[in-house]
Amino acid sequence: MWQPLWALARRDLRLALRSPAETFMGVIFFLVALSLFPLGVGASPDILTRIGAGVIWVLALLAVLLTLDRLFQADLDDGSLDLLHLAPAPLELVAFAKCAVHWLTSGLLLVIASPLLALLMALPPEAYWALPLALLLGTPTLTLIGAIGAALLVGSRRGSVLTALVVLPLYIPVLIFGMSAVDGVLLGLGGRTAFLILGAMLLAAASLAPFAIAAALRLAAE
Amino acid sequence: MHALANPLRFQKITDAVLPFVAWPAAVLAPIALYWALFVAPADYQQGDAYRIIFVHVPAAWMASFAYLGIAVASFVALVWRHPMAEVAARAMAPVGAVFTAIALVTGAVWGKPMWGTWWVWDARLTSVLILFFLYLGYMALYDAFEDPARGARAASILALVGAINLPIIRFSVDWWNTLHQPATILRRDGPAMDPAMLYPLLTMILVFKLYLVWVTILRIRVHLTDRKIANLRLAAESRG
Repeated sequence: MWQPLWALARRDLRLALRSPAETFMGVIFFLVALSLFPLGVGASPDILTRIGAGVIWVLALLAVLLTLDRLFQADLDDGSLDLLHLAPAPLELVAFAKCAVHWLTSGLLLVIASPLLALLMALPPEAYWALPLALLLGTPTLTLIGAIGAALLVGSRRGSVLTALVVLPLYIPVLIFGMSAVDGVLLGLGGRTAFLILGAMLLAAASLAPFAIAAALRLAAE
Repeated sequence: MHALANPLRFQKITDAVLPFVAWPAAVLAPIALYWALFVAPADYQQGDAYRIIFVHVPAAWMASFAYLGIAVASFVALVWRHPMAEVAARAMAPVGAVFTAIALVTGAVWGKPMWGTWWVWDARLTSVLILFFLYLGYMALYDAFEDPARGARAASILALVGAINLPIIRFSVDWWNTLHQPATILRRDGPAMDPAMLYPLLTMILVFKLYLVWVTILRIRVHLTDRKIANLRLAAESRG
């Protein structure tokens, strides 16, 4: 059962590495969009310090949202989605494997880039570990929830705008607790509870979302 | 339940139910409004301004009740492939969305004099706003596909995923310290409200619920008629 999943994960990873422009699109958006904020709200460090963590979180949400399109659409276009249905592994695990690779090539890059963004937004030194840690717990949840939306809308006429409408409301809890985790550390209140809730949401999403994704993919194949 | 899968029989049953919700709703509505706006005593703190509660609370209850209805119907539609459950869920969505909007707007109008602000980002208000977005997403997804059956089932899955928001709305005032007041009616030690205010409020909730069922049935009829017209058109086309 594990062999086809490994093969799938290796294939997806290879595809992502062979088209770096597409893979790095999310993280480049992350950087470019962030650089708009100092220009828009004024570059004084105290404003940037106050809004920095929130801006970075919101942009991470949008960056993940941007990359959701490539999760299933390419597979539908070239017909490999039908083959995934026939694969000798449950579709739920296939969905999980695809999400895992998607996170490695999108969310993980955001986590790695986030200290640099914290630096650009003049955040205090604690942010250099608090922000990546919160994103490390939060972005896999974003991928898993987003994959539900992407799978529901695969093959629809007006995909990406609708993906945003469907997925963003479900992202709000991650944003809330992600922010309170970072804020807790930055304000010296200790964000332990919020970090734990982020972890709990990740576990819940990892165990439940694959079922919804698989149900949506079965629908797309009919 | 399978007996209800036949649209004709389904329509016959809803037709039979209709007068039993429409008439009580129409008769009770003015009574409840008069009771709430003129008979019920003024609040010792808020004066007459509190009376918006008689619209705000029923609308908010129906907002989550309609979503619960959509979630249950979606579950039935997915598990038993019940065609009428999808129609019922779709028919409830705009009604629920409007109730959510009413709850948000009346809440804002009430919040301005009492809290001094139209809107705060506390847990209850935010989670109800999310509910509103979920309604919009559900309706948009339902109509997003050329194949209506695909859209119906996709929207059903989304409705079930979004149902996780319902307990969050319900318990948001207990889990977090919110500006919104905690649960007043459904409490373990009984309602924390004077009966003179509670009974008109409960009557208003009943009126809203009857109205919800009434409008839902009417909307189901419209959907079924739409489908019938489409089928007749197709048949006429194929005959030439």
